[in-house]
This record gives sequence, structure tokens and C-alpha cells, in this order.
Amino acid sequence: MPPELLRMIIAAVLVVSFVFLNAMVLGYMERKVSAHIQRRPGLMEVGPHGVLQLIIDGLKLIGKQLVVPEGSNKFLFRLAPLLSFAPCVLPFVVIPFSRKLQIVSMDVSLIFILAMTSINVVAILVAGWASNNKYSLFGTFRSVAQAVSYEIPMLLSLLSIILMTSTFSLQGIIAAQKYYWFILVQPLAFIIYFISGLAETNRAPFDLPEAESELTAGFHTEYSGMGFSFFFLAEYANMFTVCSIATILFLGGWKGIPLPLGDFTGIVWFMLKVYGLLFVMIWARWTYPRVRFDQLMSFCWKYLIPFALANLLITAVVVKLI
Amino acid sequence: MSKRGYFGELWFGAKSLLIGLKVTIVEMFKPIVTVQYPREECDITPNYRGHVELVFNPETGGCDCIVCGMCAKACPSDCIVVKGEKKEGEKRKSLSLFSLDFTKCSLCGSCVEACPKSALDYSQDYNIAGFTREEFHYDLIERLERRHIQPLAAAAGGN
Repeated sequence: MPPELLRMIIAAVLVVSFVFLNAMVLGYMERKVSAHIQRRPGLMEVGPHGVLQLIIDGLKLIGKQLVVPEGSNKFLFRLAPLLSFAPCVLPFVVIPFSRKLQIVSMDVSLIFILAMTSINVVAILVAGWASNNKYSLFGTFRSVAQAVSYEIPMLLSLLSIILMTSTFSLQGIIAAQKYYWFILVQPLAFIIYFISGLAETNRAPFDLPEAESELTAGFHTEYSGMGFSFFFLAEYANMFTVCSIATILFLGGWKGIPLPLGDFTGIVWFMLKVYGLLFVMIWARWTYPRVRFDQLMSFCWKYLIPFALANLLITAVVVKLI
Repeated sequence: MSKRGYFGELWFGAKSLLIGLKVTIVEMFKPIVTVQYPREECDITPNYRGHVELVFNPETGGCDCIVCGMCAKACPSDCIVVKGEKKEGEKRKSLSLFSLDFTKCSLCGSCVEACPKSALDYSQDYNIAGFTREEFHYDLIERLERRHIQPLAAAAGGN
């Protein structure tokens, strides 16, 4: 077996298992943080402080039947969870977890990640359409409209970083933050990116596609068992990707104060920063009520896009002058 | 556009969002208020009105009931039966049966008010459940023995 193929197989296994592990850690974190914000103990039953609960949940979901509703498009209905899951795994291939821990080093890794996270919208569209259910379809409409409009400020805010570094390579962007993190010179871009990231991953307060009181569960209403859990895994993988891009572009990636851990220092700092941002996402979810659809759209078009454009213009002028 | 204007709205919104985040993070580090019921139990307020029980008098080592039957007369549901017997060498009747049919009791408290010796009071039992209705036909003398007289005897025997 050629060594390159072996390397790819090991990488694929590691990446998929990391996606599952990440979903478990985040699921536990979300339920514990939400509980403590509401002054409840949260998970307590399975294992000490409920740490094994997510394993049990996973087993339960695997054991369940995938019910295909009457009158649905059976092929597309079964295809949608895979279509959602596969592109969410791929960004992990190019994310630099530390100086050496990166599966493939690409010159266009940032574009690759953004392209892959955008495919998720297609999966949601397919899932909602194939379900033959009005609530699924409404959830899909909202989700697609939201994702498409919030993609613009997201890309504009990232573009101002690209203007400063003139590279799409993630390692190159981290190397450019040798003396200071880019959040210090681009705080506005960071805020715009993070808000758009919340909307892009359908997180509260932008979780209209999954508004329980109006649409039961939005596009995945009809899904059960592993079909549902693929969407669930994809959502958490997407959250991780969004936060790791924020970490790499604005918070210096795996760079940090040297710790006595050898080569593991980088990955420890990277994970700390990413899970810190994920904590902020969860914290925001349990603080804010859901926005109305007109508020969602007017916030994007009246505030985020003009500010992102102004930020881009100022960055371009400053970069040109220096 | 509202009366605050474009930037006023932005400033006001951002400020209120940050205040919201502060509220939740402060709540997060406060102690948990949930009581994990089967493992932990709350203290019941002294005003709690459970089913009636005989009051234990530590001076006499028993109850103060004089078998006058006022409680049974006062009961609108006829759920109390009181019987007494006169023992050798005693002036008064002493209590031999005090049964409460809790399936009929409406917890009105008339018996507690009617008692001239204040020998009846509300118990603190709130988690009572059973499989047959006979389990709710309480023998209050037996209950008094089990809860007060036997533990005292056991403590005395232990010393």
C-alpha cells in the first residue's frame, strides 16, 4: 500500500471520529451551560455529572428506524442527510490544528472551507423539499434565505483580512499574525463575521429555520434515527468550522504562550480558543430570544453589509498607503 | 426609522445585548436551586396541613386524648372513629382505638379545632401513596407509637 494512501485513510478515520467526538463534547457542553444559566444541574444521571449521556443518546439514535414519509421523494429524502454531513467533514481536512497537524496544506484552504460550508444550504433545501411536509418546506425557505443573505457580510468581513495578508492559505494567515492578533486591528470584521457565523449555522438568536413554536423542527421535522443525527452532527461540525475560522483569522490560530507540552502546545491553544468561541455561541443562544424575520433581514442589509463594506474600503485604503 | 436614528439604534441595541449577556453569565455562576427530589428532600413548611395525627406529649410519654369524641362528632365526612376503655384503677377512660379513614377525609381541620385538649394536629407527610385503599385507613395510636414512643424506648435502651 502506498504511504500516501495509508496517510489518507488514517486521516479520514481521524477526521470522522473527531466530528463525532466534537458533537458529543458540544452536546454535553450545550446542555450543561444552558442548565447552569437557568440554575439547573442539567445532566446528572448517566455517569458522573452525566458525562456518558451523549453516548447513550447516540446509541438510541443509531437503534431507531429511519421512517420515510408517505408521498416523499424517497431517493432525495435518504440522500439529504449524507449531503449535509459529507461537506461538513471536509473542512477538517484543511484546518491547521497546530504547526504540523494539518492533513492537507492547500493554498486556497480558506476558499475551500467557505465553499464546503455553503453546500450545507443545498442539503437543507433537498431535505425540506423531499420531506413533502409544509413545515419542513417553510423551514427550508427561511434557512436558505437566511444563509444566502448572511453569506455576503461574512465573506466581506473575511476579505478585509485577505487584503492584509494577501494569502488564502490558513498557515500563511497564522504566520502573518506574528506580532499581534488581527482582532486588534479588525475588531469590526470579527464582530460581523461572528454574527454572520451564528446566522450561517442557524444558531439562536437566528434559529428561525428551526423555530419550534411555529415549525416544529424546520427542515428535519420528518427525520428520525441516523437521518436526524447526521443533521445534528453536521450542525455541530459547522459550528466548529465557523469558530475555527474565526480563531485562525482573528485570534492567531494555534499560536499562544509556550507551554511545557512540546508539539502539543499548538493544539492545546487552538482547542482552547475554538471552544471558548463555541462557549460564546452557546451563551448567546441561552441569552437572546429569537429575532423576527424582518428584523433578521433588516439587520443584515441595513447594518452588517454597510459596515462590512466600509470596513473593507478603509482596510483597502490603509493597506495601499502603508 | 425609529426616533433614536440609525446610530442611536445601533448603540442602544449593542448596549442592551451586552447587558443581557452579563445577566446570564452572572446567573451561571450562582448556586443551583433544583432539588433532586428522590435523593434530596425539601423541608416542609410548619403550616403544611397533612392528615391529622395525635400529638406526642413528652411529659406524659403518650397523647393527651381524653376520648371525648368531639373530633368524631365534628368530622363532616365521618372518617374518625374513637374508642376508649376504662382500665382497672384508673379514673378516666383511656384511648384504645383512633382510626382515620384518609380516603374520605377532606382535610377540613374541624377535628383539630374541635379538640379541647389540643391533642390533634396536622402531620407533615406529603408523599403518601399506596396500592390499596386499606393502606389509607390509618391507626393513629400505632402511628404515635412507631414515630415517638418506640424511638424513645430504643434510645433509652441504648443508653
